[in-house]
Amino acid sequence: MSRSLLDLTAAQLGAAVREGRTPAGELLTASLDRLAETHAGNDGLNAIVHQVGADDSAMQPLAMGPLAGVPVAIKDNLATRTLPTTCGSRILDGWVSPYEATAVRKLREAGAIVIGKTNREVFAMGSSTEHSAFGPSRNPHDRRRAPGGSSGGSAAAVAVGIAPIALGSETGGSVRQPAAFCGIVGVKPTYGRVSRYGLVAFASSLDCVAPFGRTVDDAALATEIISGHDPLDATSAAHTVPAMRVGPGPLAGLVVGVPKEYFPDSLMPEVRAICDRALEALRAQGATIREVSLPHTPYAIPVYYIIAPAEASANLARFDGVRYGMRIEVDGVQAMYGATRAAGFGAEVTRRILLGTYVLSAGYYDAYYRKAQEVRALIARDFTDVFASGVHVLFTPTTPTPAFALGAISDPYEMYLSDIYTVTANLAGIPGISLPIGRVHGLPVGGQVLAPAFDEPTMFRAAYALEAALGAEAHR
Amino acid sequence: MGVTPDDVRHVATLARLSIPEGELASYVEQLNAILGHMEALQQVPSSGAAAAADAARPGMALRADAVGPMPLTRPAAEFAPELRDGFFLVPRLATHEDAGEGA
Amino acid sequence: MSATAWEMVVGLEVHVQLKTRTKAYCACSTNFGDAPNRNTCPVCLALPGALPVLNAEAVTLATRAALALGCTVHERSIFARKNYFYPDLPKGYQISQAEFPLATQGHLTLADGLRVGITRVHMEEDAGKSIHDRFPGMTAIDLNRAGVPLIEIVGEPEIRSSAQAGAYLRALREVLLFCGVSDVSMEEGSLRVDANVSARPLGETTFRPRTEIKNLNSFSNVEKALELEFRRHVATYEAGGTIAQQTMLFDAAAQEVRAARSKEGSHDYRYFPEPDLPPLVLTPEWISEQRDALPELPAARRARWVTSHKLSAAEAEGLSGTVELAAYFEAVVATAGDGKAAANWILGEVLAALNESGVALAQFPIAPARLAALIALVKGGQLSSTAAKTVFATMRSDTAAPEQIAQRDGLLQVGDDSALEQWIDEVWAEHPTEAARFAAGEQKLQGVLVGFLMKKSKGRADPKKLNQLLAARIAK
Repeated sequence: MSRSLLDLTAAQLGAAVREGRTPAGELLTASLDRLAETHAGNDGLNAIVHQVGADDSAMQPLAMGPLAGVPVAIKDNLATRTLPTTCGSRILDGWVSPYEATAVRKLREAGAIVIGKTNREVFAMGSSTEHSAFGPSRNPHDRRRAPGGSSGGSAAAVAVGIAPIALGSETGGSVRQPAAFCGIVGVKPTYGRVSRYGLVAFASSLDCVAPFGRTVDDAALATEIISGHDPLDATSAAHTVPAMRVGPGPLAGLVVGVPKEYFPDSLMPEVRAICDRALEALRAQGATIREVSLPHTPYAIPVYYIIAPAEASANLARFDGVRYGMRIEVDGVQAMYGATRAAGFGAEVTRRILLGTYVLSAGYYDAYYRKAQEVRALIARDFTDVFASGVHVLFTPTTPTPAFALGAISDPYEMYLSDIYTVTANLAGIPGISLPIGRVHGLPVGGQVLAPAFDEPTMFRAAYALEAALGAEAHR
Repeated sequence: MGVTPDDVRHVATLARLSIPEGELASYVEQLNAILGHMEALQQVPSSGAAAAADAARPGMALRADAVGPMPLTRPAAEFAPELRDGFFLVPRLATHEDAGEGA
Repeated sequence: MSATAWEMVVGLEVHVQLKTRTKAYCACSTNFGDAPNRNTCPVCLALPGALPVLNAEAVTLATRAALALGCTVHERSIFARKNYFYPDLPKGYQISQAEFPLATQGHLTLADGLRVGITRVHMEEDAGKSIHDRFPGMTAIDLNRAGVPLIEIVGEPEIRSSAQAGAYLRALREVLLFCGVSDVSMEEGSLRVDANVSARPLGETTFRPRTEIKNLNSFSNVEKALELEFRRHVATYEAGGTIAQQTMLFDAAAQEVRAARSKEGSHDYRYFPEPDLPPLVLTPEWISEQRDALPELPAARRARWVTSHKLSAAEAEGLSGTVELAAYFEAVVATAGDGKAAANWILGEVLAALNESGVALAQFPIAPARLAALIALVKGGQLSSTAAKTVFATMRSDTAAPEQIAQRDGLLQVGDDSALEQWIDEVWAEHPTEAARFAAGEQKLQGVLVGFLMKKSKGRADPKKLNQLLAARIAK
């Protein structure tokens, strides 16, 4: 019973609860059972780090909306009212936010039930979900491998059916990359499409709340629900939210650009072959495939690793042991700051704060931060130019390789390179989606569709068609 | 060129991160390695692209001047490390000069 | 003693609290004197995930202040983070403006006509309050002020004495009050001054190193601190020493200026554009509406009074002491027409009455229209100035029209020939010697006789008529 229930999509589950065919409680029990099963043992997924109790009073849907009674998992850096929001860090150990993130509220107002908070890299800094105060999460397709990051816990939870929908967050690809690694769908909406209110900031000009689904339709449904202007976020856009669940259909007239910089000679041949198959499927649906160039792509990683740490160095200054969170009691306020922050953040966050502080400091600002903003604008212009030339969407691999083994990458910069195909959309503020398009040695490979800012409907149109055209091949 | 141990000490002071002397060398090495990759940006000619992009950004929406703060569902007393008589408490600062900086 | 004459060079940075109901970036009240941390929310407590949204009224008031100071208000300005740690700065940065401020290049005209350049006016937020003497060994933090909107007005280093600094601050205070931009209340901390001071031999055209005295909270402290610091510079130079650029603090209790404990690199604020706030964009139409909405500024108003009402500079200065007094004067003049007489009455009788009774002008029983009516009676010859003062005194407790009071109390001037001749005859009878000498041509006795006549008529005799009649008696 529970197996088949959890195999349904979010849209189907919501309808079943709304129409009284399935009690919300039964759905919740099934979800918690699946959670327990997948988290048992030494190689448990470790995807959910805070969960509700089976008899929790918060379990009744707020409304009989499209997600009535549907269990959802929320990344541990989005503010929720009863479950902790720790960012996988010691400094926020036990922190229960006294207010709720806008995106979470919107899901609950659609009837969704938050069943747990998912593991992630400390302060979302990383690409493997290995660096968490809660220990690494594991990839459901191979427990020795990373689920990707930083939203790895959310991706793994959706992949095994604990919840059909989960929220993650993206700064450089933290939803699309784990979606690819875990064989599910991940959406990075246009910057400003979804309110960031209640998302613990990493790099404010790049951060997006971003949903996961097992299907394109569930991902579109989740995106539609959490989108919209929020008066509490000055960077949230005033644009009206278009219908995103456009469904599969022919792609006649659609021009798909293939940026050559995303298909270097060094690309893994198996990944290239799977991408070629996907492009063939798009062509078969009526799309025109055109090779294009985004010449500033090689600079994306250096730009990202200047801007993101710079913004993070300021965003993380509020964790000072004064008003909330961990405090190490030592004499004098300066010593208290230093001890609390060093112990509370850990090595990766410390490294990024040092880097970010350095690139903003007197004498280095122009060479690093200002230069990075300059090149960021050129990266964004590459996209604008390509889309202005008649290309409607772009197709690329989501990552250069499938999931890597836990602990396989120790050099920080090498780890940074796993974001190489995703980080550009964050820098340019455009939407992107990753969906499963095949497997290499049993491991999922993701394909990415990128679209112009605020044109999620066209992005979903291509994704729906690709998902339908590939069918079961996407998981072979 | 390159990051020196003094640079890391300085930056750690600015960021209020106590870094044990023993770990300094490792951070120096890592920062140099990462910044080495950033040198690639210097090859890109400056184009005024950032200013142009900035000029194209729409202006921000403003908030009406009406009282109505987001309420806290839990009071500060439940989350503050130390709160007395409604004040957050921190280890004593000598006077306001202790910071040697400020607005 | 050295023969060198030294010149003081001063530039002031003034922080002024804007008169808004709510904080700059959140909807918390700016009310002064509430219980500690009562006016706080996720945003001004800098809870994880909270975001700033700028207060429209703060923008309006800042713009008006900048326009009143003759600045160019920019159609596009950018907010920036100023990073430093302090327990009463919750975010670990202040949202301010740096490279692209709201307004630049204005000036302020002092009472003596001197124009001091204004470099820039930018928007920023206040920090909270640290209390060091309440709990032993601890500093107490109250964040009610944190996030209160401020403008910083940076003046050119064109001030040459402590007295001029005082005049600058008084002129600035007056402009801000008149524009309704700020209450400018020193005790509530709504105006604070940082003073940059240096010394140089008179005639030297380059600037010598300056020191900055922070957080001066009264005009007299500014003047005192400048004098002390200037003398220290001069003494140092005369002893062959040098001055290092550094931050100083004024200890009002000890009446001394001393060096702030400076830390290496503590002034590296690492400004960078605030990613949580898009650019502030103002249309030229909106800016000019704000300009049109400005009241006439004190200096311009005084100049107009001097020209059109023939007031002296001192009278104009006295009448523009407060917004209310100036408005009272304008209202009296609007009805009575005679600016000079209105000024005399207000600066004399009205101010004296207010002083004596301790009543505020708003509660003063003699409304402008009644004072104007009284002035009209004097001007029309129905009331002597002596009698008018008696009527004025009665008007303070009697709501009857001045003309009625004068009539009822028999104070109206008598210009009727037969009544006057009657009094003259009586005086002639009572003082025959003086009358005879006057009639014989001893002109100087006219004053004495008029005195007798005024006494007899209880001040009611029309002196002009009286003089004519007396002149006729000489001819006889």
